[in-house]
Amino acid sequence: MTTLTPTSETLGQRVLHGLGGFAKARETGILLALVVVVVAATARNPGFVFSADGFRDLLLTPSILLLVAVGQAIVIITRNVDLSVGSTVGLTAYLTGRLFIDVPDIPVPLVFLAGILLGGFLGLVNGALVAFAKVPALVITLGTLYAYRGINVLWAGSDRINASDMPKEFLGLGTAQILYIPVLTLIAVFVLVVAGWYLRTQRGGRELYAIGSDPAAAHLYGLKVTQRVLTAFILCGALAGLAGVLFVARYGTVNSQVGSGYELTAVGAAVIGGVAIFGGSGTVWGAAIGAYLLFTINRALPILGVQDFWQRAVVGVLIISAIVLDRVLAVRSTRKLVEARDN
Amino acid sequence: MAEPRTYKDYSRPLWRRVLLTREMAVIAALVLVWIWAYTQVPYFAAPITLTYLLLDIAPILLMALPMTLIIITGEIDLSVASVVGLSSVLLGTLHQGGMPIELAAIIAIVVGALAGALNGFLITVVGLPSLAVTIGSLALYRGLAVGLLGTTAVTDFTAAWKDFAKSKLFGTPIPTIILIFVILAVAFAVLLHFTPFGRGVYAIGLSPEAARFSGVNVERTKFILFVLSGAVAALAGIYFTLRFGSARGDNATGMELGVIAAVLLGGVSIFGGRGGLHGVIAAVILIGALSSALRLASVTSDVINIITGALLIASVVSTSVLAWVRRKRIRPGGRKTGSLAAAKG
Amino acid sequence: MSPTSAPALELSRIGKAFGAVIALTNGTLELHSGSIHALVGENGAGKSTLVKIIAGLYQRDSGDFLLEGESVDFTSTAQSKAAGIAVIYQEPTLFPDLSVTENIFMGRQPTRALGVIDRKAMRDEVVGLFTRLGVSIDPDRPTLGLSIADQQLIEIAKAISLDAKVLVMDEPTAALSGVEVERLFAVARSLRDEGRALLFISHRFDEVFDLCDTVTVMRDGAYIDTSPIAETNVDEIVRRMVGRDVTALFPKEDAVIGEDVLVVRGLNEPGVFHDIDFTVRSGEIVGLAGLVGAGRSEIARAIFGVDSYSSGSVTLNGKAIPKRNPTAAMAAGIALVPEDRRKQGLVLETTIAGNATLAIRNRLARFGLLFRSAENAAAREWASRLEVKAASLDVEAGTLSGGNQQKVVLAKWLATNPSLLIIDEPTRGIDVGTKAEVHRLLSQLAGEGLGILMISSELPEVLGMADRVLVVREGRITADIPRAEATAESVMHAATHDVEATR
Repeated sequence: MTTLTPTSETLGQRVLHGLGGFAKARETGILLALVVVVVAATARNPGFVFSADGFRDLLLTPSILLLVAVGQAIVIITRNVDLSVGSTVGLTAYLTGRLFIDVPDIPVPLVFLAGILLGGFLGLVNGALVAFAKVPALVITLGTLYAYRGINVLWAGSDRINASDMPKEFLGLGTAQILYIPVLTLIAVFVLVVAGWYLRTQRGGRELYAIGSDPAAAHLYGLKVTQRVLTAFILCGALAGLAGVLFVARYGTVNSQVGSGYELTAVGAAVIGGVAIFGGSGTVWGAAIGAYLLFTINRALPILGVQDFWQRAVVGVLIISAIVLDRVLAVRSTRKLVEARDN
Repeated sequence: MAEPRTYKDYSRPLWRRVLLTREMAVIAALVLVWIWAYTQVPYFAAPITLTYLLLDIAPILLMALPMTLIIITGEIDLSVASVVGLSSVLLGTLHQGGMPIELAAIIAIVVGALAGALNGFLITVVGLPSLAVTIGSLALYRGLAVGLLGTTAVTDFTAAWKDFAKSKLFGTPIPTIILIFVILAVAFAVLLHFTPFGRGVYAIGLSPEAARFSGVNVERTKFILFVLSGAVAALAGIYFTLRFGSARGDNATGMELGVIAAVLLGGVSIFGGRGGLHGVIAAVILIGALSSALRLASVTSDVINIITGALLIASVVSTSVLAWVRRKRIRPGGRKTGSLAAAKG
Repeated sequence: MSPTSAPALELSRIGKAFGAVIALTNGTLELHSGSIHALVGENGAGKSTLVKIIAGLYQRDSGDFLLEGESVDFTSTAQSKAAGIAVIYQEPTLFPDLSVTENIFMGRQPTRALGVIDRKAMRDEVVGLFTRLGVSIDPDRPTLGLSIADQQLIEIAKAISLDAKVLVMDEPTAALSGVEVERLFAVARSLRDEGRALLFISHRFDEVFDLCDTVTVMRDGAYIDTSPIAETNVDEIVRRMVGRDVTALFPKEDAVIGEDVLVVRGLNEPGVFHDIDFTVRSGEIVGLAGLVGAGRSEIARAIFGVDSYSSGSVTLNGKAIPKRNPTAAMAAGIALVPEDRRKQGLVLETTIAGNATLAIRNRLARFGLLFRSAENAAAREWASRLEVKAASLDVEAGTLSGGNQQKVVLAKWLATNPSLLIIDEPTRGIDVGTKAEVHRLLSQLAGEGLGILMISSELPEVLGMADRVLVVREGRITADIPRAEATAESVMHAATHDVEATR
């Protein structure tokens, strides 16, 4: 029996540490980019951060998108996608408004629960169709994007719920702070930490990565693929539902178009954050930072002298750059890994 | 073997080959819906309804042509509606700056083709997945469109051109734009079904590796399709702008999903390699007719979204269910007989 | 090894049919602990169906399946795994993005409180496993980029960690180099010594005789015979496999050998092949022999243009062939029947007519337009010439048998009227009858003036068909042996040793 030969092990480990470093470097990289953007914008206009509005917009507003991006990342990791999240946010936001108006004195936690449950249910529909009917998630969620939005519009009509209709304590959540950090941000970060912990340390979380990395192998291993995929979609829907409730807490006004376009921004945030579009790798941390980066760049552009009409173009460039970068690095790392084993 | 072997051309009779297809199901649905609407919905039978229906679906009809081929090769182009917006804005700003519309239109189409070429380059040369790339370019092109015009709109187009966009063919309720569409549809249909290029498209969708080993230039084929998609989207953008007389950065926002939904409803498989234009065209008209009929029947127009979504899901789920049923009947993995009887041999 | 009380695994009179196709009529096997048991048979003999039943992928229609004396009935692979059966396939399925350790433990990771995965315990166990196996793979690296040999070892490590009592290895050496095969065999022997039962399925008799102690032969879905390796020899086994004497299966007739058709000079692709120089003349069949992984298919693909090369030249009938351009190579007259029939040679979901005309689709078009009638006419001509067994031209290629599929691929390429035919593993996975047809065809084509470059891993085929044998070892041509001097020994020697390249 030969013992472990030192050469290939250290080379392999070196390559891996390079890779592991790279993988962590992605999250660090975009965090750095975020810091750079914030610093640059604040240098031009201190009010970017150091003002009531500034601080709120820095930490608070993106946290709604953060929730959606985290949910989307979970689904993308399993090699699926959920294009209906925007419509889910809209539906749960409207539900939130309606509950407060139609059911006087309804306890706030109950409304939170209702929003999360509705979101989870909408995610369940998606997940069931994907897991059982074996139809690609792209198509299913394209259909539910339409269907859910249609239901939303049908239900809401041309109704608009205003901030004045909402109970003060609920709107107060939208502005409350603990140690200068908005409560909503704390909620979002708490969810993020739990999600990150689950994906890293729990069997179920690791199986999500396995399913995205090679679905056929996952079946052969005997993993409960159907169950896991269903769970991923339910979580994504539930997080979108929570985001809808937070939306109302933050903005107070709701119409039938709330959440439009969130799905693509969420996918973009995940991709920028290092989640591979074909699944199997990436973290919710990256997706969260990606969400913050997107939002903050949009705010920073006008301050840095770029008309805010160019925001979407910048987002597009970022997304394309992120996936080009991923591709270049992947090709290089595969080559390194293959060379490492040849030695 | 002394006798040379003979082969039948087809294993099933013509009627089975033609009628028992997804495309026929969609066409049948279209016919049924049309009959229902014609007889039951007030004013649907009026010629002007047909005119407006066709005017409305024209951009989607146009964009669905190259989108069908792209999806058959196993790719997707989510950026088409953004190119519509970009071409609309270009048409508006160039014309406002004094350029004659004809020239501005040509430039818009060229830019659309370039936008498609960028998609094509990233997908075929850099090797990125089309879903991710076109999500990015969807944002980029829309962003450029909005960036160029901001929130303003260009509306000073000559009445002559605006009327042309809405004009009809002599005495019929059919708009002129449909003639342009028909010409393009025939061209794409011939390309897909009656040329070596089209055979290559199907081969790429079913097995890119085998296609490559048979001399099909996979990269060039896909690149050409994305360029065509951009150019046709730009053409749709010109029509859209002239019809409404308004060039705006946010024109046609979200339309890409309507195009893709129609293509998939029309029988094209999202996995690639299957489908044809006849089903897709029928699907676009079907959705348009339903939309029109529901509006006339005073049903809220948002119900159409629910119906489109439900139709899309139902059509793909039904294919999946049919395949599952077929597999279960043969049951390759499972036991053939009821119990483990003593071995027969 | 003396058998213990009950066999570790016993299959008796297993029957299995798929609709009208009967895959197994009498599948029988007796595996004992502490033994490496070979299962041999031609393609279509039923071996892989038997393996899939053992693995739990299929369920048997009839017959008995006993594990250590107890009857079992698996409805899923997870169940067979839980019962202690591990199957290692030719192409292992691992999760490329996840680490080696996670791959081994996916689905059953050790946990601490709150269900948190105990990464240290996992890693320690993997390091222990690898030490035991004498393997040096970094447990933390992603499995992406690992060689097939390493991936197989990871599968074996997984099997041991699951304490598998029965290990099935399905053609494991097809993609391994000589050194890797030795390493695999050392591992297999140590597993046997631990008292596990191994089933080794292979076409390579030298390996069977090297590694195994017992051999079972199957033919046409039925059990034929079992005997200890020491009491039999290759000829006997082949006779039982084929049911008849294997003589004159490779009738290469003499052909007039003419001018140079293909001239390859100095072909180089770092890490794949080096200094490849050879010629193929009209009427000549040049065999390209060597172990799997030597680089022969890569050379062929580079000549045809599917893969690239960094330096060197390829000329056909005097014309230079540009690299990375299959269309140009085809236009000049090169045809390539690839190694992987199902993934590279055919579009399985397309009809016979569609497949047969794919390569000539440009030629069939009139004014740029291509009609079914023209395709059917061309397909009909070639399908009947090659005697493809099918009722109609719109049968999907994926439903044909291996032999008929190969005929369709040949039809496709012969329709291009090539000057040079490169054929990679012409008869792999084909029944004996069609094998002979293919060989006769190749011989006939050579007689008509075609130059043929034939890559084959079956020594008898190479020796029987080739006018000259080029031997490739690790990307270099180590020998150029004319027919008269080509023997199994000389070819195998060149394939496994550094020999001065003969010109």
